[in-house]
Amino acid sequence: MSILGTRVVRTEDPVFLTRGATYTDDLTDERLTGALHLTLVRSPLAHARITAIDVEAARQAPGVVAVYTGADLGLDPVVLFPGANKGMKRPWLATEKVRFVGEPVAAVLTEELYQGPDAAELVEIDYDPLPAVIDLRAAATDEVLLFEDVGTNTAAGHGVDDEPAADLFDGCEVVVGHEIVNQRLAAAPLETRAAAAVWGSDGRVTVFCSNQNAQGARDEIARWLGLDRDRVHVILPDVGGGFGAKIGADPEFALVAHLAKLSDRPVRWSESRSENMTGMLQGRAQRQTITIGGGRDGRVKAYRLDILADAGAYPRLGAFLPQFTRMMAPGTYDIERLDTRARVVVTNTTSIGAYRGAGRPEATAAIERAMDLFAAEIGMDPAEVRKCNVIAPDKFPFTSKGGVEYDSGEYAKAIDKALEAAGYAQLRAEQAARRERGDAKLLGLGVSSYVEITGGGAYAENASVEVHPDGTVTVLTGTSPHGQGHATAWAMLASEHLGVPIEKITVRHGDTDLIPRGSGTMGSRSLQTGGVAVYQAAGELVELAKQRAAELLEANVDDLEVDKERAAIVVRGAPGAKSVTFAQLAEQERLQVDTVWDGQKPSFPFGAHVAVVEVDRETGKVTVERLVAVDDAGPVLNPLLFDGQRHGGIAQGISQALLEEVVYDSEGQPLTATFADYGFPSAAELPSFDLVDMQTPTPINPLGYKGVGEAGTIGSTPAVQSAVVDALAHLGVRHIDMPTTPLRVWEAIQTAAKGAE
Amino acid sequence: MIPVGFDYARPDSVDAALALIAEHGEDATILAGGHSLLPVMKLRLAAPELVIDIGRLTELNYIRVDGDDVAIGAGSRHREVEVSEVLATEVPLLPAVARTVGDPQVRHRGTIGGSLAHADPASDLPAAVLALNGMVVLRSPRGERSVPITQFYTGVFSTVKEPDELIVEIRVPRAGAQLSQGWAFEKFTRRANDWAIVGVAVVDGRVGLVNMGSTPLRASATEAALADGASIEDAAALADQATDPPADTAATPQYRRHLAKVLTRRALQTASGG
Repeated sequence: MSILGTRVVRTEDPVFLTRGATYTDDLTDERLTGALHLTLVRSPLAHARITAIDVEAARQAPGVVAVYTGADLGLDPVVLFPGANKGMKRPWLATEKVRFVGEPVAAVLTEELYQGPDAAELVEIDYDPLPAVIDLRAAATDEVLLFEDVGTNTAAGHGVDDEPAADLFDGCEVVVGHEIVNQRLAAAPLETRAAAAVWGSDGRVTVFCSNQNAQGARDEIARWLGLDRDRVHVILPDVGGGFGAKIGADPEFALVAHLAKLSDRPVRWSESRSENMTGMLQGRAQRQTITIGGGRDGRVKAYRLDILADAGAYPRLGAFLPQFTRMMAPGTYDIERLDTRARVVVTNTTSIGAYRGAGRPEATAAIERAMDLFAAEIGMDPAEVRKCNVIAPDKFPFTSKGGVEYDSGEYAKAIDKALEAAGYAQLRAEQAARRERGDAKLLGLGVSSYVEITGGGAYAENASVEVHPDGTVTVLTGTSPHGQGHATAWAMLASEHLGVPIEKITVRHGDTDLIPRGSGTMGSRSLQTGGVAVYQAAGELVELAKQRAAELLEANVDDLEVDKERAAIVVRGAPGAKSVTFAQLAEQERLQVDTVWDGQKPSFPFGAHVAVVEVDRETGKVTVERLVAVDDAGPVLNPLLFDGQRHGGIAQGISQALLEEVVYDSEGQPLTATFADYGFPSAAELPSFDLVDMQTPTPINPLGYKGVGEAGTIGSTPAVQSAVVDALAHLGVRHIDMPTTPLRVWEAIQTAAKGAE
Repeated sequence: MIPVGFDYARPDSVDAALALIAEHGEDATILAGGHSLLPVMKLRLAAPELVIDIGRLTELNYIRVDGDDVAIGAGSRHREVEVSEVLATEVPLLPAVARTVGDPQVRHRGTIGGSLAHADPASDLPAAVLALNGMVVLRSPRGERSVPITQFYTGVFSTVKEPDELIVEIRVPRAGAQLSQGWAFEKFTRRANDWAIVGVAVVDGRVGLVNMGSTPLRASATEAALADGASIEDAAALADQATDPPADTAATPQYRRHLAKVLTRRALQTASGG
């Protein structure tokens, strides 16, 4: 019997639940003995010139070993993300001006952790405030510039120079549009950012840090500090959540490494929650203008998506992500004419990076809002409109107007399964009855159809599998788990070939000396790249073992097979004949295989979600009653892990629709920088989810696996937002921006009532 | 998130605590459950020289019938208020309110005295004690005095408590048979463990409002209308009179006024068994 597809309990959990994890800040590694503690003095203003910095008093404070300003570092400002305007460089410590609340201005090294904040308070910085640029449209006017010498606030343009198609909506009976906001979100992982660095006598630096990609972090630290990549060794201890905000290094990591060099001592840093809420990469942050046109028969002919996206103060990956949004703009729909563009601007805010979904939820939210607007305009049920526009199953592989090739899909079937599981027709009847009766609680139904990209960008991943003479197995992977359960999943994939029980298989990751090549865990890539690589490596190891066993067993290689019960090579159909275990083979000679799996392209998982919400007509409060999710990511390796990913994603997706938003005032002061103010959810805000299975294998890898890590945020967010608007549709409400807070819902009802008067 | 250094004292009696408070004056601060104090210390918005921890003073830890009142030791945890059998019988509003404070971890640490002393207009218990016409018992080396809760609050985070005084007890009238008009608590939040955007505590025709001004408030116009025989609907429509609700990311003043009316109506309906 195959272990694949079974509900294997996570092997990671006993340690997490008993001894506890070892995060970067918990490290007692002897290399860090005597480490100094870094405290950063951060800007309290969003945009200001620095007129003076006085660190003398801080230098005299107890326990202070050194205080650095930007002038002391000997480092030039750096281009953090080469895909954006290269003039928008980030200083390591701000010297001339600050560009967001939380930007580091001075660095204090102390003997003891607790001495740092006291000394930091003594650093005196004089600021000359400048007008803050917070609103994206204001940023786009270039009236106030963040980088005067660059001459523009535009960090990147995607398709902005293309001539807009003038005849895009020709022949459309109906054209509707709206300006919508996909709001800024904070990843808020339970483990905040942390790093520790120590230089060896060999001139190499070891950096321990909390991250999703050891090799990427190594490469960035090396590039930013102008070091040869071989001189940087990155080690990832346990990582307490990332959600995209821990992809690659943060400048603070490189700063820790540089300060360890300058001070000739190990240095460690772990940020506070307050620092995290302004310092860590945030996500989404797009203003979108959507226009959709088609016929009264329900057929959509044309769609336009104009994006104005926020990069924050210093461009990072967020400057690229709107390109993902453009690629996925038409979603699951067979739309004849598509026109998209994205401009990315800098503002006096925290930098934007990836956040679970990273560009794709923004695409799905936009097209799904457009579909709802179109359905409302022609008076057709939103589920019907979707079904009559999705790409037919016989058209795959399908090259979308977004310019990507969808490998497989049965979109209408996914919608039907979701509608059926929800009891859609009965719910519509219930909705009508409540409206008829004038019930205090209105019912809203939202349907979303989605397709996304997983494993986009880095299609290849490496793996190594070794059987040791004691029968244990070590798997090395370039992926980098931070909660997903790779140790369990990769052990299952190796065990499938070798028969070695998963308890005897150790999965190692996140050490660039041990595993120099790899692309980490992001973009829902791990299983379809790293997992398939492990499966391939274990298969290759079996072949190697057979070669060696053939001689020993005096048999033809083709007559050999694996006896999984015994983790041995045996002669097929010859019970009682001689056999040799993998462990015995390893005793004679090292039994190890390195391999690279390269799928050469991404996969395109899809699904449909149905949300059922209740809206309190008087207060505007929304309660999610049900969330039905059909998520097709191909065959499922481990339903426990699969459903866990869906649960987490759906929770974050619902939360974007209802609760979460990073808010700044007009001067750039963050208003949501604590957990009391930032609206991330607890279980009490969420229903039990109805998960519906559907498995369409991708042809791009031998196991048919796609990714599922981000599906929840992509499918659930538009379904919930749509359901909230749907509850109020009979009042004439067509759109409410996310998060659909009680205040916004109440205001929408008030406005609709005034319009009706 | 590391506070400024401070000295710490854990006196073993109320008298010893009072002596310390008298000695150190405004340089000292009282630590009970810590849920209001510790965050502001960690954000360095407060930097007391001495923290006097009264969290283990069991003499402040009681809930008992005392004549026509229930006397609640100021050190009683929200959880103890929540599950008190005495209160369930005599003052059922209070357990119902305590049950909505934060989450179980918070309720096992936070104290009723701390909540009342902190004087955050967004806190639930002050408005509930206000609706109950409770008394706050203050003690200092100079002696003890009782202040009606209606005269206790002077503004955001401020009360008539003198620097050398400690809240030792909260007294609320026993309801018993007098509870002719019932009680109810309506709390409107975005998330289960949030502070109230608006809250309304109703008991016996009296209405306490959470987060509708700089202090907990009584909806006096509503109470007067009810006394004059107005309908619940008409009386509730006056609930925002003489309030000054704040603006924040969760609500506008206008929205809070609306919520106060809706929640007051609902609470009055529940209280009347409707």
